[in-house]
Amino acid sequence: MQTQNRPLSPHLQIYKLPMTAKMSISHRASGAALSLGTLLLVYWLAAAAAGPEAFARAQGIVGSFLGQVILFVFSYALFYHMCNGIRHLFWDAGRGYDLKTTDASGYAVLAVSAALTLLVWIIAIATGGA
Amino acid sequence: MNLRTPIKTARGLGSAKDGVHHWWMQRLTAIALVPLVLWFVFCVASLSGGDYETVRAWVSQPFTTVMLVLLIAVVFYHAQLGLQVVIEDYISAKAPQLTALIVVKFLAVLMAVIGIVAVLRIAFGG
Repeated sequence: MQTQNRPLSPHLQIYKLPMTAKMSISHRASGAALSLGTLLLVYWLAAAAAGPEAFARAQGIVGSFLGQVILFVFSYALFYHMCNGIRHLFWDAGRGYDLKTTDASGYAVLAVSAALTLLVWIIAIATGGA
Repeated sequence: MNLRTPIKTARGLGSAKDGVHHWWMQRLTAIALVPLVLWFVFCVASLSGGDYETVRAWVSQPFTTVMLVLLIAVVFYHAQLGLQVVIEDYISAKAPQLTALIVVKFLAVLMAVIGIVAVLRIAFGG
């Protein structure tokens, strides 16, 4: 019997993931990425504790083009993970399981996290010029 | 004949021996992180462009100090709970899995302590 080469289900190269499944794996991926991002938070605080030179170096890294791009992606991942986490909490309470609601709450998560990201960056640019 | 003793049902902790503790702590920390993260992100956004003294003065405010210490403690607790599940799901070989778990758990505590000490140094260091 040839069982070794059979595709596993769902076969990821063939099966088209529905939006809810993409959001599910994105929740995990954003969580893992955010764990890495917390190191940046610790670095920034440690630099502020260490002294003006260390802090200026940290601000230089954060303020660089690459630093700003990373911060932008980080902020979206953070809001996405937070909003989708709230969606998960509703599921934990046994609510919102029917297909129509899971789709609607999924799109709501995408919209709200995008809106929060934009809002935060508008505030950042308005107060400090990023 | 059932050989199971009633104490199994009484404890209700299942085969992992810790029942729903992991699940429950992940939810508790998630709920706590909603206000903490919202507060932090909007504070940092309005601090952008702030110099060394501004940032240190902000960290030294008692409310900020308390919130930052809470944020760091809860965020690393939550992160290592999540990473633990990712490692358990994707690394099936026992030795690498255990190694990864130990590294992640130790790093989480180390980073949390570095972060909290930094905040307290700014708050109390003058």
